Amino acid sequence: MKIPGLIALALGAGLMAATPARAALNVIATTEDLASIAREVGGDKIKVESLSRGYQDPHFVEAKPSFVFKLNKADLLVAVGRELEIGWLPPLITQARNAKIQPGADGYLDASLNAKILEIPTGQITRAMGDVHPLGNPHFWLDPDNGKRIAKAIEKKLATMDAANAASYAQREEDFERRLNAADKGWQAQMAPYKGTKIVTYHRSWPNFADHFGLDVMGYVEPRPGIPPSPSHTLELIKAMKEQNVKIILVEPYFDLKTPNSIARETGAKVLMLPPSVGGVPEVTDYIKLFDHDVRQIVDAIKATGAK
Amino acid sequence: MRLRSLPRVLVMLSSVLIPISFVGTAAAQEPVPSPSPSPSPSPEVVAPPPATTEVPPGAEGAGGPSGPLPVYGGGAAASKVFNPDIAVIGDFLGAAGKNDSKFATPSLEMHEAELSLQAIVDPYARADFFLTFSPEEVGVEEGFITFTSLPANFLLKVGKMRASFGKVNQMHNHVMPWTDRPLVTQDLVGGEEGISDAGLSLSRLIINPVLFLEATAEVYRGESPELFSAPRRQDLTYVGRVRGFRDVSESTNLDFGGSFARGTAKEGAGLHTSLIGADVTLRWRPLRRAIYRRLLARTELVWSRRDRVTSEQAHAFGLYGSLEYQFARRWFAGVRLDHSERADDPSLVDKGGSALLTYWPSEFSQIRGQYRHTSYGEGIKANEFLFQFQFSIGAHGAHTF
Repeated sequence: MKIPGLIALALGAGLMAATPARAALNVIATTEDLASIAREVGGDKIKVESLSRGYQDPHFVEAKPSFVFKLNKADLLVAVGRELEIGWLPPLITQARNAKIQPGADGYLDASLNAKILEIPTGQITRAMGDVHPLGNPHFWLDPDNGKRIAKAIEKKLATMDAANAASYAQREEDFERRLNAADKGWQAQMAPYKGTKIVTYHRSWPNFADHFGLDVMGYVEPRPGIPPSPSHTLELIKAMKEQNVKIILVEPYFDLKTPNSIARETGAKVLMLPPSVGGVPEVTDYIKLFDHDVRQIVDAIKATGAK
Repeated sequence: MRLRSLPRVLVMLSSVLIPISFVGTAAAQEPVPSPSPSPSPSPEVVAPPPATTEVPPGAEGAGGPSGPLPVYGGGAAASKVFNPDIAVIGDFLGAAGKNDSKFATPSLEMHEAELSLQAIVDPYARADFFLTFSPEEVGVEEGFITFTSLPANFLLKVGKMRASFGKVNQMHNHVMPWTDRPLVTQDLVGGEEGISDAGLSLSRLIINPVLFLEATAEVYRGESPELFSAPRRQDLTYVGRVRGFRDVSESTNLDFGGSFARGTAKEGAGLHTSLIGADVTLRWRPLRRAIYRRLLARTELVWSRRDRVTSEQAHAFGLYGSLEYQFARRWFAGVRLDHSERADDPSLVDKGGSALLTYWPSEFSQIRGQYRHTSYGEGIKANEFLFQFQFSIGAHGAHTF
């Protein structure tokens, strides 16, 4: 008798809560890169917010209850996918009490589905390889061509959810693509003299970036993905860098600079703290500025060090 | 009506059965060089089919799969894609030093192996099973369905669950920052098992502009060893919890809650055990250095009231305070202070203090040492060194908050 009472109470409370009038679509992105692209496409027709910050390691975001509130009100959730957010997003979605954004529902968009994904493992993988992503490298947004693909996917999704503004989304997406193409021509021109330059990165965050701009990532500060630097690996890396005259070490803003700095001292290389995401440094306020900033930094560093 | 539809049923049945019997015999035979199920073409039609022939979508000629396809029950059956995420977590405990009380733990013990099976059930729900294998028993630690798509910000869980009473009661062994559970849990909240029972849990977000607020109401069968019993069907256990959360800054937040539990006492029908709990957690984790530094300070207070057959009610109180600090990417240090009266005899007071050091080789294993001093109510004093190895294989679980 007490249990039906409880349920009746719950259902009664449920009926009383009326749905508010539909305003601008509420879009939550897991990272600031996706939020920036969504903003380009949606303009003032949508409200966009990112759960993580650009200077934060996107693998290790905390599943804070305040994020539950944000997801509760979301019409659309845009996730990076490829298991980047596996450590924190699933419990948030479960607790969000929002049928619209559950995996498989219309308001859940996996941004990776149409993107060019690198490093998809073939054959047997084990955790002896470190924290490998079985579905491929999730840092795919660092290729402007993938940025266009993400924009297209968001545009299609917004158009189906909000048909009245479909023309606006299509027009804004085209405009974004045009500006991105124009900017990319400039970036390619800046990078052209340095194609094939060998670099070292801390984590495997940059394969798509290197692929697009013709850089050659010859080693990593981490011995394996997600495993902190070890002395033996660091020594091997120093030796290889000296042999191949590698002068650039890219470090994401959320990693410790101690090991990269000591490698730099040994090899004469330059440590470049480079944001892999929008918001990683204050001046990178949108997706196009991210590449403006990163390309300029890399070109300056190559010029300064004479890297090959 | 029924007779008329019979032939149609027979046709349907035969159309299902005939291919099955074909597959069955094919599987029983020796592997044949050409396993294509289509009848072998007569010599005249060796040439490719004319362009006008329509190849059905999904067939080999239209880009569909070729060669032998997996059979039902076979090693490569596609139904495996729906298998749940599986992980096993091992929890190995050791103890050295002196403890003459009845609470002493073994020198070496494979304390628990937890098997987790988790998947989405359908568009409306997900399910989580946690099966535990300990030296004494095999049990379902938790096994429940969560309805994620209810209206009006409700979330319903049905199954066997650890009740939403405070913080420690909801934690599995492997997520605790210590090798043991605090004395207040042992003395007042049912020990390692805790309030863990079959029931329903309904929780709702209370949307407001100031803070995260969640209210939970739960009803259980009423059987929690050490704590509640249900000699009659109506002897249910009720648990309620209100949890608040607020970001103080980008890196600091405050998490607090009040809990209540009431059920029939072990002593029998008509006698009750009631618990009231309060918990506060302060977290600090700078976003730029999130993988290197964090601080967690937590306290839980529990008041217990037990009806007794022979005398008046027993009122007991207990608490713990805990501090955990990550000082390097792989290193955590912690302290915990314990104080608790015994639920049945509040004149007996247990007190303790612990210092901890934890090392994480990777996200998937950890090694922990704990020095623990305990002064039991009976006057027994214990100084112990406890250690723990934890290791996890399988699917990458989400980190609890």
